[in-house]
Amino acid sequence: MNHGAPRGANSAPSQRPLADTRAPDEGDGVDTSPDVSDSIAKTTCYMCACRCGIDVHIKDGKVRYINGNKDHPVNRGVICGKGSSGIMQHYSPARLKKPLLRSGPRGSGEFREIEWEEAFSIATERLSNIRRTDPKKLAFFTGRDQSQSLTGWWASQFGTPNFSAHGGFCSVNMATGGLYTIGGSFWEFGEPDWDNTKYFMLFGVAEDHDSNPIKIGLGKLKARGAKVVSINPCRTGYNAIADDWIGIRPGTDGLFVFALIHELLKAGRVDLDYLIRYTNAHVLVVQEPGAADDGLFLRDGDGNPLAWDRVAKVSVSAADPDAKPTLTGSYTIGGRRCVPVFQLIADRYMDDSYAPDAVAAQCGVPADTIRRIAAELAHVAFEQTIELPVAWTDWAGRRHETIKGRPVSMHAMRGISAHSNGFHSCRAIHLLQVLLGTIDVPGGFRFKPPYPRSAPPGPKPSGKTVKPMTPLDGMPLGFVCGPDDLLVDEAGTPLRIDKAYSWDAPLAAHGLMHTVIRNAWAGDPYKIDTLMMYMSNMAWNSSMNTVETIAMLTDHDEAGNYKIPFIIYSDAYYSETVPFADLVLPDTTYLERHDCISLLDRPISHADGPGDAIRHPVVEPDRDVRPFQSVLIELGARLGLPGFVKDDGSARYADYADYIVNHERTPGIGPLAGWRGKDGTSVGKGAVNPNQLQRYIDNGGFWHQDFAADQRYYKMANRSYLDFAVQMGFIPKAEPIVFQLYSEPIQRFRLAARGHGRVQPPEAERQRIETYMDPLPFWFMPFEEAAVDLEKYPLHALTQRPMHMYHSWGSQNAWLRQITSQNRLFVHHQTASGLGLIDDDWVWIESINGRVKGQIKLIDGVNADTVWTWNAIGKRRGSWGLKDDAAESNRGFLLNHIIGDQTSADANGKRYSNSDPVTGQAAWFDLRVRIVKCADEEAGFTEPQFERFSEPPNVAPSPDILRFGAEFRESREAAE
Amino acid sequence: MHPAASVVFFTTATGAGYGLLGLLGVLGGLGFVSADFWLGLIGMGLALGLIAAGLLSSTGHLGRPERAWRAFSQWRSSWLSREGVASVATLIPAGLFGIGWVLFGRTGGWVAVAGLLAAVGAVVTVCTTGMIYASLKPIAQWHSPYTLPGYLIFSAMTGSMLLNALLQAFAVGATAIATAALLLTFLGWGWKLTTWRYNDALEIATTANTATGLAGGTVRSLEWPHTEENYLLKEMGFRIARKHAAKLRLITQVLAFALPALLLALAFALPRPFAAVLSVLAAIVQFAGMLVERWLFFAEAKHTVTLYYGR
Amino acid sequence: MTCLPAHTDKKLGLVIDLDTCVGCQACVTACKEWNTGGHMAPLTDIDPYGGNVDGVWFNRVHSYEHTTEMGGRTVNFPRSCLHCETPACVTVCPTGASYKRASDGIVLIDESKCIGCKLCSWACPYGAREFDTDVGVMKKCTLCVDRIYNDNLAEEDRVPACVAACPTSARHFGDLGDPASAVSQLVAERGGVDLMPEMGYKPTNKYLPPRAHTQRAASVPAPRLEPVKAEGGFLGWVDRMLSN
Repeated sequence: MNHGAPRGANSAPSQRPLADTRAPDEGDGVDTSPDVSDSIAKTTCYMCACRCGIDVHIKDGKVRYINGNKDHPVNRGVICGKGSSGIMQHYSPARLKKPLLRSGPRGSGEFREIEWEEAFSIATERLSNIRRTDPKKLAFFTGRDQSQSLTGWWASQFGTPNFSAHGGFCSVNMATGGLYTIGGSFWEFGEPDWDNTKYFMLFGVAEDHDSNPIKIGLGKLKARGAKVVSINPCRTGYNAIADDWIGIRPGTDGLFVFALIHELLKAGRVDLDYLIRYTNAHVLVVQEPGAADDGLFLRDGDGNPLAWDRVAKVSVSAADPDAKPTLTGSYTIGGRRCVPVFQLIADRYMDDSYAPDAVAAQCGVPADTIRRIAAELAHVAFEQTIELPVAWTDWAGRRHETIKGRPVSMHAMRGISAHSNGFHSCRAIHLLQVLLGTIDVPGGFRFKPPYPRSAPPGPKPSGKTVKPMTPLDGMPLGFVCGPDDLLVDEAGTPLRIDKAYSWDAPLAAHGLMHTVIRNAWAGDPYKIDTLMMYMSNMAWNSSMNTVETIAMLTDHDEAGNYKIPFIIYSDAYYSETVPFADLVLPDTTYLERHDCISLLDRPISHADGPGDAIRHPVVEPDRDVRPFQSVLIELGARLGLPGFVKDDGSARYADYADYIVNHERTPGIGPLAGWRGKDGTSVGKGAVNPNQLQRYIDNGGFWHQDFAADQRYYKMANRSYLDFAVQMGFIPKAEPIVFQLYSEPIQRFRLAARGHGRVQPPEAERQRIETYMDPLPFWFMPFEEAAVDLEKYPLHALTQRPMHMYHSWGSQNAWLRQITSQNRLFVHHQTASGLGLIDDDWVWIESINGRVKGQIKLIDGVNADTVWTWNAIGKRRGSWGLKDDAAESNRGFLLNHIIGDQTSADANGKRYSNSDPVTGQAAWFDLRVRIVKCADEEAGFTEPQFERFSEPPNVAPSPDILRFGAEFRESREAAE
Repeated sequence: MHPAASVVFFTTATGAGYGLLGLLGVLGGLGFVSADFWLGLIGMGLALGLIAAGLLSSTGHLGRPERAWRAFSQWRSSWLSREGVASVATLIPAGLFGIGWVLFGRTGGWVAVAGLLAAVGAVVTVCTTGMIYASLKPIAQWHSPYTLPGYLIFSAMTGSMLLNALLQAFAVGATAIATAALLLTFLGWGWKLTTWRYNDALEIATTANTATGLAGGTVRSLEWPHTEENYLLKEMGFRIARKHAAKLRLITQVLAFALPALLLALAFALPRPFAAVLSVLAAIVQFAGMLVERWLFFAEAKHTVTLYYGR
Repeated sequence: MTCLPAHTDKKLGLVIDLDTCVGCQACVTACKEWNTGGHMAPLTDIDPYGGNVDGVWFNRVHSYEHTTEMGGRTVNFPRSCLHCETPACVTVCPTGASYKRASDGIVLIDESKCIGCKLCSWACPYGAREFDTDVGVMKKCTLCVDRIYNDNLAEEDRVPACVAACPTSARHFGDLGDPASAVSQLVAERGGVDLMPEMGYKPTNKYLPPRAHTQRAASVPAPRLEPVKAEGGFLGWVDRMLSN
């Protein structure tokens, strides 16, 4: 029987249907062909941020079954443990049912139900007052939002700079580290060339992002026998299947990478040609200590960076394709002494302090292992090169007959990101990739469109001037290129409530949601009126220092008013944060709503072509709930925000679906790129197409375009790709994207600290800026490790997200919570035996910030100086539809309770956010602890315990038994 | 294995019941016991009562007891089905035997044939019960040469102890029966000790290595597939502390063997009312002891599925 | 009928690759989701939101640490019915509810005959059977017998739910009785093993063990890196390279 061309990821011959799928004549009465569904709706999953395509099978008006969409570019038919459990999320007993207005004290969970009209009028009145007086008094932070191009634009139209999503405590180090270096990033904006790579290094990755694509990719590597090296303190999940597991000590990855670079440089195993063609390695850097441009690039009159032509012996534009630039030496040009970037790199990383022997103890990795990995990298990159027989033309018009590749690829995420040194560590990994010539080459790490963009990309953050009734002059989030772009006042005081783009966190491209509650509570830098949040569990697992955060949310001033005067919160479920809201706007589940997964935000592209996707309602809500985005659009219209009303003041968009189709950010560019133009024939840019959503639905809920063979690699310098990117609006001009190994924007901050420029840091900040705004990546000890008594707190403590859970969402899911309803603290056997601990003991986990109690499980596969646990399993009683005896609130624990949200006071007595000093990324993983066996009578239950929340009104108690699916069988059997 | 009360009682009660039935059938049928009405009524009543109570109790273990009749169908492959068939089939001659004895006051002729057939049925039924356990390879403590003889010995032991008590109570006690009960009790004791010794020294070929296919070295459970106990763990993951088991083994020895033997020995030495009381007491104590023994039989049995859970 | 067929036309089963499984639980919930509305519906969950939650699942994933002289490895281990050739769970069944199909070898339960005596779960060494206390019957993996032949599904979807879902392609499905089949060849190539072969139940499902360190194709024959030998050291080498 002919199966046709197999679709989807799982289509190996050993994964296909039987050759003959006719049922055999067994005669046992089994119905081998039961009816599966009345209809199949294709939409986008939202069980995590991965954005896979799903087929939702509807039977008798209920969701019977969800499987992966085989055509979808993200998951190609596979589906993860969460995705298959979507039914239980959709029918969760924790779903909110109606708008709620607080009736008891904040945090009690006492509410009364109100109508939407009342909810809108309360919000509108409050927010219009703010807008009329001081728009920045609205802080709008949106958590795990997939509609940031709408929510950010809404904030901008409202006129408040105080907007961001949750990136500040998630991935901003990866995003920023990448975008300032290679104009793209790990995270989910790039991927290894799974089909061609021969050597794959995975740094600090649990299931953070890109869940199914990484798993599909690992499956490919395993099937081909490509080598997988994992660098991770924990040997679970992806790391379990690595051929080489390097159980590194947390926070030392940068050091490890520098040692690899040291070895490669010493051995001359770097790709010089690649460096000259695609990076600023040859660009001359002024070396004049004390000068205002010391450490900046030497430029010609037009502002072009210069290089030294070793043949012509003259300075030339670094971008001149015909130049023969040198990479080493020192030159005096026009009286200025300068050296190429590469010379600075060699000087720094060839220093003995980065030799394997010098870093081995700090990293917990034997020097021989470091040397071996360096040798393997060099061998694969330079001796196992691959060449695809495809001709392409570079930006300068040079034709290449083949596409050459060095098949070493890397991916990195949370384990790098969540340290205070994460930005520089991330840059270190990119530097390693670039030195080996492996970015966007066959077998290397590839950009996903709309990346690459210039490093850093535009535009800059808005919010320098905030005026009543006036929109910002751009979007609140962006990329700064120097101190002039910071959002600080003359005295250096932050203009944003979260202190993003201030001297505390100059490159805070995702904002610092994790600082908002403390800053709003403290009135530092100023007081706000309303905190509006969406889908982020800030009163629990999304905050560091939970105990104090909860106290701040409920704290009163002397007059008896809440210090954070008003909190509006939208969520679909009764999370730990809902009870702290004054007004609750109930959201729908992901199967009841429209959404767009936009190229303006976080699209579904893969390296072989751009794509975007939608959600659309596949079942009707059975409750009085509304999608938050539609609510926001209506609120915008009621407030009369310019973008949200027509000239006559009436609402511009009926709802989110209307916005998705009809909104244009710039002429011809809207939230969706597919089927634009009146007749749906344009891609990227084009007029509004009223049938656009239907075209998406007809295509399985997504749009995706495959690149031509010659556009797929070297996108940073590939003429055909660059032209396409301009046509799509990804980049303004078809110019090559030059990797910034040495970052001039970062050096500008350092110069400001040295007293140059119009905008300079306050005196007390100068040393910090001088130290951390280093234009070349460097390693420093994570802040908490440097501050605490390491003998007292000898262990690192980490969390990992279980692959079957998405943060706090998983525990309300009757299926997923069965897999993990109690988290253990995993402790290395040796460490435990040294402490006299045995399996199943209950221990206090103590940090400088507090203590939490949990049960241990002994393990071998972990760095011996590290303990870890599963993230966000511990729950507060009364939330998530869980019963009071649920393991989550009795035996499960939350490590967040003991993670400080601030650093220890510095010499000036200042406490900074516990974050990366460059980007403001929350440093969750810097935590240091000790563990102490608890007293016998303390065993068996977790502490601290929190008061139980009341249930929201009219919520039925969660069922004692679940027979989901019985109804489908009954209807099937009744039909027979 | 989880020692479910219904199954512990079922196997103990039917063991004693079939033991008594078998002895009554043989001794009655062969004329060693007179066809006394009350002795017949109470003796057969006790035997059949224990059997009925046991069988009834066993249905308490079933998820769908109303379908229990289906269990007679698969005698060709299933020891449980065979047990069902044998137990019910035995009731026919047992019933006729009881009717003959109690209603017709005779134990000879066709009644004797029925009695002997009932005895054969009783032995067969006890064998099938034993084989249910002895045939289960995943439980090494059961899948042993000791299981089937154990069931037969304990059935005969408890049956003879009951018969002795009955005869003593009816003042028709025979030294031979008492001696047999005493000897069987010693045999049971010895068998149990040997079984325990065998089980304690068991080297089980199935390990976490063979269970997972991971050859060599050690295989240690890191995480279960689910945090809370599931059916497999509740049914088959039962664990008993070594200390606790040792205590229960001691209690078993005292109640099931030592004390009944002592009581019987005293009964030999003492006159009728005392001998009868002691004999009845011995039977009751032994029955209680056998409940403990049977509880341990389950509790100490380790199923291979526990290997997957690191137990 | 609980007597085993003397011969089955096919031996349908799964091949599970322990070298590739990352323990993501995708197969676990995909199985739960399909089957809770499928042939043995429902897969009841007791106390689903409470402290004693206990549901029926046909497929569960354990994790182990396997330590040998060659070092340690974490192994994720999916466990489900192995559809044995000579399954004791079938022969012990007193009612004929448990049976092995002569056509494809799938071991099934006819729920309408099951009395819930649980003996089959005692007889199965692998823990493949799960009792539904709410319905009072035993339930188990059906190898998605209601998918693999289902005319109402697109032909390409007629594979077990766990195989369709698996993101790492660690699960395979086919006729292990046919030595020419893709699954049989995979087993031969990768040295697939039986679980508890000493039990003698001849499992149909096979497990592909993790590649031993030395056998991993992945070992890279890289010579040790030596400092460049050029005048002027590394920088001299750079200059020379650029001049070439």
